[in-house]
Parts: sequence; C-alpha cells; structure tokens
Amino acid sequence: MLNLYTRRRFTNALGLTVSVLAMAFGLFWLCWILWTLLDHGLPALTSDVFTKMTPPPGSSGGLWNAIFGSLMMTVGGTLLGTPIGILAGTYLAEFGERGWLAPVTRFINDILLSAPSIVIGLFVYEVYVVHVKHFSGWAGTLALAIIVIPIVIRTTENMLRLVPSTLREAAAALGAPQWKIINFVTLRAARAGIITGVMLAIARISGETAPLLFTSLNNQFWSSDMDQPMANLPVVIFQFAMSPYEDWQSLAWAGALLITFSVLTLNILARVLFRQNASSH
Amino acid sequence: MNAENIVKPKVTTPRVIVKDLNFYYGKAQALNNINLDIADKKVTAFIGPSGCGKSTLLRTFNRMYELYPKQKATGSIMLDGNNILDKNQDLNKLRAKVGMVFQKPTPFPMSIHDNIAFGVKLYQNLNKNDMAERVEWALKKAALWDEVKDKLTQSGMGLSGGQQQRLCIARAIAVKPEILLLDEPTSALDPISTAHIEKLIDELKEDFTIVIVTHNMQQAARVSDYTAYMYLGDLMEFGETSTVFTNPLRKETEDYITGRFG
Repeated sequence: MLNLYTRRRFTNALGLTVSVLAMAFGLFWLCWILWTLLDHGLPALTSDVFTKMTPPPGSSGGLWNAIFGSLMMTVGGTLLGTPIGILAGTYLAEFGERGWLAPVTRFINDILLSAPSIVIGLFVYEVYVVHVKHFSGWAGTLALAIIVIPIVIRTTENMLRLVPSTLREAAAALGAPQWKIINFVTLRAARAGIITGVMLAIARISGETAPLLFTSLNNQFWSSDMDQPMANLPVVIFQFAMSPYEDWQSLAWAGALLITFSVLTLNILARVLFRQNASSH
Repeated sequence: MNAENIVKPKVTTPRVIVKDLNFYYGKAQALNNINLDIADKKVTAFIGPSGCGKSTLLRTFNRMYELYPKQKATGSIMLDGNNILDKNQDLNKLRAKVGMVFQKPTPFPMSIHDNIAFGVKLYQNLNKNDMAERVEWALKKAALWDEVKDKLTQSGMGLSGGQQQRLCIARAIAVKPEILLLDEPTSALDPISTAHIEKLIDELKEDFTIVIVTHNMQQAARVSDYTAYMYLGDLMEFGETSTVFTNPLRKETEDYITGRFG
C-alpha cells in the first residue's frame, strides 16, 4: 500500500516538474524575443517615428506613412471581412442542420483558415493586381480581408453553438420568427465571443507581411490614396531590417516593437472582454 | 399497452382535444395513440417516470418539435375547432395562443423590461406607455413586480434562479396567451421559489388553461385539477387529481404515486 502511494506521489512530482520545465522553456523564448525587441526597439522609438516619413538610406526619418498605411489596410480588411464572416458563421451555426451546403462550406473554410498567407497574396496578385497593372492599398485590403473571413466564420460558428438550445426554444415558443431569434437572442448571447474573434483576426492581420508584398507593396512617400501602392509596417520592417544601413535597421526594430505591442494589447483586450462577459452569464 | 384500457376522461369543458396522437423521434416512436382532453381554465398535470413522453406530449401543443427536422407527430390536436397539427397552421399564431415556460430559466440577454417586451412586440405595436403598463401587468401577474420594479433596465441574467423563472412566466403571459405550458418549471429551483411558483399557478388558472409536466408527484397533487399518468409513451390513466391520487383505477398508477415504482 505504502509502496503504491509513494510511487503515485513520485509520478505526480515528476509530471509536475516536466510540465513546469516545458512551460519555462516556452516562456524563455518569448521573454528573449520581447527583451531583444525592447532592447533594440525602445532606443529607436522617438517622436520622429510617428511624425516623419520613411527616409532614403543614410538620412533620418520615421515610420508615419507605414503606420498610417498599416492602419488603413487593417481597418479596411476588418471592415470588409467581418460582416461576411459573421453572416457565413451564422448560416453555419443556425441553418447548417440540413443539406450539403453547410458541411462543404465548413470544410472549405477550414482549408482557407490554414492556407499559407503567401498563397492568398499570390491569389490577389493574380486576380486583381495583374489586371489593374499596379500595386495598391485596395489589393492589400482585399488580401487581408480574405485572411479575416475564415477566422471570423470559425469563431462566430463556435460561439453561436455555445448558446444553449433552450434559449432558441424559449424565443421560438413566443412565436418569434427565426430571423428575430437570431438577431435579438442568439447573436446577442454570443456577442462577446464574436467580438473576441474579430479582435484576434485584427491581431493576426496586423502582422501579416506575405500577402502585402504582392499587393500593396510599399511606398516611400506619404500616400492616403488606396489606389496607389501603400506603405505598411510589415513590408517596411522586411526591407529595412535586411538593409545594410543602420538607420533603417533601427527603424525596423521600432516598427517591430510597435506591431508586437499593438497585437499584445489587442489580445489582452480580447481576453478581458471575453472573461468579463463570461462571468456575467 | 392497449388503448381500450385507458379510461375515457370526463372533462366537461375541454379546451384542447388530443386524438390518436403518435409521435416519432426519427424512427423511434415516443407517444402511442394518445387520447386526452385538457379542461378549460384548469390545471392539468402530466406525471410519470423519466422518458415516459410527458414532455414530448407537452411539446406537441405548441409544435416545439418543428425546430428539429427529424421529429414528427400524427393524429390531431383540436384547439378551438382547428387541428394545430395541420400543415397550414400558422406557427406564430399558434404560439401566441399557447405560451410555454421551460425547465431551466431562459432569460434573454437583454434588460428585464426588454425580456417581456420582446414577445409583446411580435404581435402588437404598443407605444411606450402602453408597453410599460403591459410589462408591469405581466410582472405583477408573475408576482415579480415588487422585486424588480426599480431595476427594469438591468439585465435579466442578473436575477436569481427563482426570479428568472418568474420572469420567464411573466414573459410568456405578457403575450396574453390562452394556454400556458409549463415543462417542469420548478425542477431547477429551491423550495421557496417552488412554493412561489405553485402559488402563482393557482392564481393564473383563473385566466389561463394550464398544462404542467412535473417529476414531483406532491406538486401534481397540490396544483392540478386533472392528472395524466404516462408510462413508456402510453397514457395509462387520466382523471381528476383527487381520484387519481386517492383511488387510482390501475395498479401501475398506484405503484408509481406511492413510490413503489419509478
């Protein structure tokens, strides 16, 4: 008996140690990444970054045009992708009981969800950029929207499925038509989860480089014209970090720091929002 | 079980007449040839062990099963001269007439006021004052008004379980249905909330025809005028509650209500 108990305690201690070590290993890299980012990025993060344009090699400048471009395309991609994603996710969760359309859509959406973003960039390049014969902010927005859609579809469907069917029955028992049940009851009940999904999608696209390389490319100058090539943080980081110029390299670090912390903030916001709502149910 | 054995109910003023009702979950038959009258402005209780079909029977009265593609009912349920199982029956109109309260409280994710207004708005275009009056009327009927009158704009989800269930009753009666279906309305509640709701049922039967499904035989004995005992999809016995509980015609019924079985 004692032997068995000792062995169980030993196994428990061993399991705990291994798990803690694994966690420490994971956290170690994350901390190292954050440390390096802060180390290189913070000194470069001057007010110039937010006021001046990306400079030619050898002169000083900032990232304002890239920050602005990234904001425009991220907001555009989210505005374009979110409604489509929420509507499609609602269809899958609320009308997907019968027929073949929903299972097929779900399957294709899963493929899209895991598609490498460079493929999406190439796709938009082929069907849009080649036809209009120039890179543009719109093309970048389109590529980002295509990344947003499957994420939002998936979270919307999952969150709606978490809404208990008794709530739908209760609304139906009052004689409410299905569109009212969905609009006023189930979507409302799933609201926090769906918003969380949208925020995670924003976090995802704000760091995407590959789909923008083929679509919006980059722009050295200030441009708010979405029909022209548009500067954006990920591509600027890519170009500046690979360059031999020190000014450019430190700007790249500043940009990397900016993206990382905006993504971090979004993730934390999403979590806080979800938790707040989950506890009120 | 054969249908001839079932004692024909002696209901003087039937409001709902169930005839030869069969119900299927896919291929599995859950109700066998049910014949039953529901008395007007009285409380009828369905009792029986789990899986006997009492909730299934209740859910045919507002065709709740329509939400699920594999479920179907045959036979007829006559309400005011209409067969509600008829394909042409307008479901929304039916559900305006036949309200339902569920086992678990199901407040909608909106304010207490809006919870009640939700159903009313489906059928009537009331101005703000009339709506406020209707909400107050329903909450008073459900004996909840005094507890919530100062927080009508707060979420219905913040109420206690017993209050939520009374909110759901208020929501159901705000539409002014004629029949109220209660599917084990107190099984998730504590004894005090249960007593509240039982008292409420007693008051509500002045205005509504009530059908209640319950696991609790004492509850059936306390609140109902008529009792139907069901077993394995058959209606075993139906009659006035006092008769069914004191002098049941069948041995099986007696075994169940005395706790020897089920």
